[in-house]
Amino acid sequence: MASKLLANAVRRKLCKPTGAPFRRHPFSTAAAVAAAEPLEEESSGISMKGVKISGRPLYLDMQATSPVDPRVLDAMLPYYLSRYGNPHSRTHLYGWESERAVESARAQISALINASPKEIIFTSGATESNNISIKGVMHFYRDKKRHVITTQTEHKCVLDSCRHLQQEGFDITYLPVKQDGLVDLETLRASIRPDTGLVSVMMVNNEIGVIQPMEEIGKICKEFNVPFHTDAAQALGKIPIDVDKMNISLMSLSGHKIYGPKGIGALYMRRRPRIRVEPQMNGGGQERGIRSGTVPTPLVVGFGAACELAMKEMEYDEKRIRELQERLLNGIRGKLEGVVVNGSEESRYAGNLNISFAFVEGESLLMGLKEVAVSSGSACTSASLEPSYVLRALGVEEDMAHTSIRYGIGRFTTEEEIDRAVELTVKQVEKLREMSPLYEMYKDGIDIKSIQWAQH
Amino acid sequence: MLRHLTTTILGQRLRSAVGGDVLRRMYHERVVDHYNNPRNVGSFDKNDPNVGTGLVGAPACGDVMKLQIRVDEESGKIVDACFKTFGCGSAIASSSVATEWVKGKPMEEVLSIKNTEIAKHLSLPPVKLHCSMLAEDAIKAAVKDYEAKRSKSNGSQDAEPLGKAADA
Repeated sequence: MASKLLANAVRRKLCKPTGAPFRRHPFSTAAAVAAAEPLEEESSGISMKGVKISGRPLYLDMQATSPVDPRVLDAMLPYYLSRYGNPHSRTHLYGWESERAVESARAQISALINASPKEIIFTSGATESNNISIKGVMHFYRDKKRHVITTQTEHKCVLDSCRHLQQEGFDITYLPVKQDGLVDLETLRASIRPDTGLVSVMMVNNEIGVIQPMEEIGKICKEFNVPFHTDAAQALGKIPIDVDKMNISLMSLSGHKIYGPKGIGALYMRRRPRIRVEPQMNGGGQERGIRSGTVPTPLVVGFGAACELAMKEMEYDEKRIRELQERLLNGIRGKLEGVVVNGSEESRYAGNLNISFAFVEGESLLMGLKEVAVSSGSACTSASLEPSYVLRALGVEEDMAHTSIRYGIGRFTTEEEIDRAVELTVKQVEKLREMSPLYEMYKDGIDIKSIQWAQH
Repeated sequence: MLRHLTTTILGQRLRSAVGGDVLRRMYHERVVDHYNNPRNVGSFDKNDPNVGTGLVGAPACGDVMKLQIRVDEESGKIVDACFKTFGCGSAIASSSVATEWVKGKPMEEVLSIKNTEIAKHLSLPPVKLHCSMLAEDAIKAAVKDYEAKRSKSNGSQDAEPLGKAADA
């Protein structure tokens, strides 16, 4: 009774419209959000992490991930909403139709790489496929084979798996690369030992986009009868892949780099001659016992659809992306000096352009390029102060290694986006060069390398 | 009805918590602000006797700062400062803040500017603390350079009075 009186008194005081703004009491959280939104929309633009931009940025980071092609999404949706069975359910229609979709996707993927559908195993992504390939192969052959050859520019998951093997007592050779990012074939040939169990070289590098000489490496591996594994996550659907011509024994594939869904990948495992692996995921023996777990039908169907589209549109995409890359590079080079392309310019996938701008630091450039979504190989963007290990392996000078920006061009990139990216990049680089003491010294003719820097 | 009362009180407390969150996001805004509108970018003539230049850092580490101060001879106060930085956004902001803080102060006082103050003003995360350290070093180097220039030019004049004092 007393509390009611108190509450009434308080309510009267608070709800009296004494010039104070009318207080709304939403009935639910959804209504509260709906009520709040109109106020925020008045202020134009998006504000996140302290940065204000006028709209969504242009997406030029295709090596990180790619948008899902709408046709892929069309193919996936029925398997979420109506045909949602588990492909391993053998007893009813839902399972049968799901299994049929999985097998048809398997065939679509194998057609893209000239393999048989029986050689494709579905995994959760290229990282898992890399883990199965490297650790699985070496654990299976651990009695006879103790040596693995890989390169210094591999993806982190490959390098980390090798480090894990090293801790278990295996020997790993990390091959150096030449200045253009390509592997030296003579060095590879010289490193092969009688107990080499695996050679792992990625087809297209995710940071610099160089394409390794796959057929030559495959020939060397065939000569010495060593299994050849490649991480083709960035290469699938972008350059023509033939597992027989390249003599590939194991190949890791990823879905979300070719306009497919995230969370799905595959592992190609040759059947003739058969390569065996020790499974990393134990369970009910799905996927020929190599990778247990329910196969996610919608994701697999999406992956298959993406591969089929890639096969049809690879040539057209390649031509278009190459033109856009030239437009980007010429646009930047036309207005700025001191622009260096990292990695081989000839043996390169057109959609990956990694450029260094002299006298400008990468993270500060990225901070100014908030309207363009790109990525950098600079130290400040990683947790440590070390520049990207890939650029270091190329022999890029320390000060240039801090300044690299990676542009990723894809199927949905337009000419207007490229032009705008050129315009923003040039503006930011010029502004930062104005602020840069190194540029000032360069203009004055001082040789920067001759200065004794004071470390702190 | 009591619920209404409690939600009112809680609402106010939540608002103050949200206020804290807004402050946390604002730190980055200061760094972004200094980056978008840098104060005092530029160069003075290095050979000017009133100018002290501090050049610290190394391209290999990814940070190079050049901080210049113009000192008024009689009062010993810093009348103008400018900077140029090769480094990340936090480094640019740290050096920009440094030039703002040294203007109008006597030289002895700027030596007491600590990197922790700069870091707190910009709310730098731990991984970026070295940027504020470099800014502090740049201030000290600029002051040292100015003093060295002055002692070199006054070297001949200073020696005599010292000698006289020793004699007497």
